[in-house]
Amino acid sequence: MEKSTWTTKVGLAQMLKGGVIMDVVTPEQAQIAEEAGAVAVMALERVPADIRREGGVARMSDPELILRIKEAVTIPVMAKVRIGHFVEAQILEAIGIDYIDESEVLTPADDRFHIDKHQFKVPFVCGARDLGEALRRIGEGAAMIRSKGEAGTGNIVEAVRHLRDILDGIRRLQALPKEELMTAAKELGAPYELVREVAETGRLPVVLFCAGGVATPADAALVMQLGAEGVFVGSGIFKSENPQARARAIVEAVTHYRNPKILAEVSRGLGEPMRGLELEAIPAGQRLAPRGW
Amino acid sequence: MRPVIGVLALQGDFQEHLTALARLGAQGREVRLPEDFEGLSGLIIPGGESTTIGRLIERFGLREPIVAFARSGRPIWGTCAGMIVLAREVDPDTRARTQHLLGLLDIVVRRNAFGPQIESFETELEIPAIGSEPVRAVFIRAPVVAEIGPAVEPLARLPDGTVVAVRQSNLIGTAFHPELTGDDRFHAWFCRLAGEHAP
Repeated sequence: MEKSTWTTKVGLAQMLKGGVIMDVVTPEQAQIAEEAGAVAVMALERVPADIRREGGVARMSDPELILRIKEAVTIPVMAKVRIGHFVEAQILEAIGIDYIDESEVLTPADDRFHIDKHQFKVPFVCGARDLGEALRRIGEGAAMIRSKGEAGTGNIVEAVRHLRDILDGIRRLQALPKEELMTAAKELGAPYELVREVAETGRLPVVLFCAGGVATPADAALVMQLGAEGVFVGSGIFKSENPQARARAIVEAVTHYRNPKILAEVSRGLGEPMRGLELEAIPAGQRLAPRGW
Repeated sequence: MRPVIGVLALQGDFQEHLTALARLGAQGREVRLPEDFEGLSGLIIPGGESTTIGRLIERFGLREPIVAFARSGRPIWGTCAGMIVLAREVDPDTRARTQHLLGLLDIVVRRNAFGPQIESFETELEIPAIGSEPVRAVFIRAPVVAEIGPAVEPLARLPDGTVVAVRQSNLIGTAFHPELTGDDRFHAWFCRLAGEHAP
C-alpha cells in the first residue's frame, strides 16, 4: 500500500472536475457552500476582496479557524499558504488539510522561490498566468493548476486572459516540430520534459481550474466553455446579495455550461452580484496576479 | 448494434470513464438530463463529490430515470462517489447534513473512511470476478462498505477484510477508481454485462 502517490494527488483534483470550489470564512458559510453543491471549500480568514480593501500583510489563516471549518463539512477543505512559505505548508499538512493553495492572494514570503512541493504528502494547487508559469509550478510538484485571474475584483477579464494564454501556449506547442521544443522550453522558462509531454498530449499533465473574478453563472460557464475543468469562486458568492441562490446557480451553470436554456434559467432572480472593480482602478503595485516567479 | 454506455456527467471524473470506454472501442455518452437515457445499455456514475452529484440528480430530475434504469435490469456501476449515491444508507458519522441517496444498492457506506487526503493510497487488489491477475486500485478520500444486505455479493476486500467492491444483481459499486489506472479490465467486464442489454 502506497500513500500520497502522484496518482492520488492528481486524482483528488480529477474528482473535483466539473465542480465549484468556494472561499469561506466561517463554518456557517462552509455549510452553505456544501448544501449548495460545492465540491470543496477554501478556508480562510478574509476573502480576496477584503484583503484588497484592508491591505496589510495577508498570511495563512489561524489553524483554529481552518479546523472549525473542517469539522463543519464533509467535503474536502483547502487552505492557502504564502508563496514560498513552506512552514505554513508544514502546519497545514499537520492538521490534515486536503489540498494546499500556494497563493498569490496572500503576501509572498519569498520573492524568488516557490515551495518544493514534492517534499509534501499533501497535494498543492498553484496559480498561473501562462503555460510557462503553469509548467514551472508542476515541475515543483503542483498537482493542480488554476489560472490566476485578478482575485477579489469580480471582474472576469484577467481570468479569461490567463486561461486563454495557458491554452494558447498548449496549442502552439502541439504545432511545433520536435526540434523546436527545447528552444520553446527555454522561452517558456519551463522544464523540457513537461514541454515535450504537453506537445504530445495537448493538455496539462494535471487538472486545470479557473480562478479570480468569477461573479455570475455566466462567468463560470464562459471559462468552462473556454476550456477550464472547474471553477474557484472567491469573493463572488459571499460578497453577493443572496449567497445561497448564487452558489447553487454557479454549481448548476458549471454542470450545464454548454446549455444556454439552463444557463438562462439558473441566472434568473439571483439579486445583486458583488460590486466588482475595473482593472484600471487598481494601481499596478496592488495587483495580485504578477506575484509568482 | 454496439451498446451505448452512459456516464453521468453532472460532476466528477466522467471524462476519465469515457476515455476508458473509448480505449475499449465502446461507445460512451455524457448523461446530464432525462432525455440522455434514451437507448443506453449501461450507466456509470463516476467519482466526484457525492453531495454535489446527489444534489444535481435531484435538481435536474434524474432520480426517476436512474431508478427506472435499475428496475429494467440494465447494469449500473458507481465508482467511489457513484457507489455512495447508489447506496441505501450512509453511516451517520460520515453523512453530510443533506445527503441525497438513490437507495438502490442494499449497503451502508462509510464516507471518507481512511481520513484526510494524505491517507489516500494505491494498492494491488484481487478481484476474482474480472480475472486472476490483481488490479491496481486507487483509493482517494475513499468510502468503504460497512454493511451489506443479503442480496449483495462482495467482489473485493482489503487485506483486513474491509469490503471495497460489491455486486447486487445488475448494480455494481467500487470504492476505488479503475478509470484512473489505464487498466481497463473492469470497464471491459462492465461492457460485457451491458452488451447483454444492447438493443
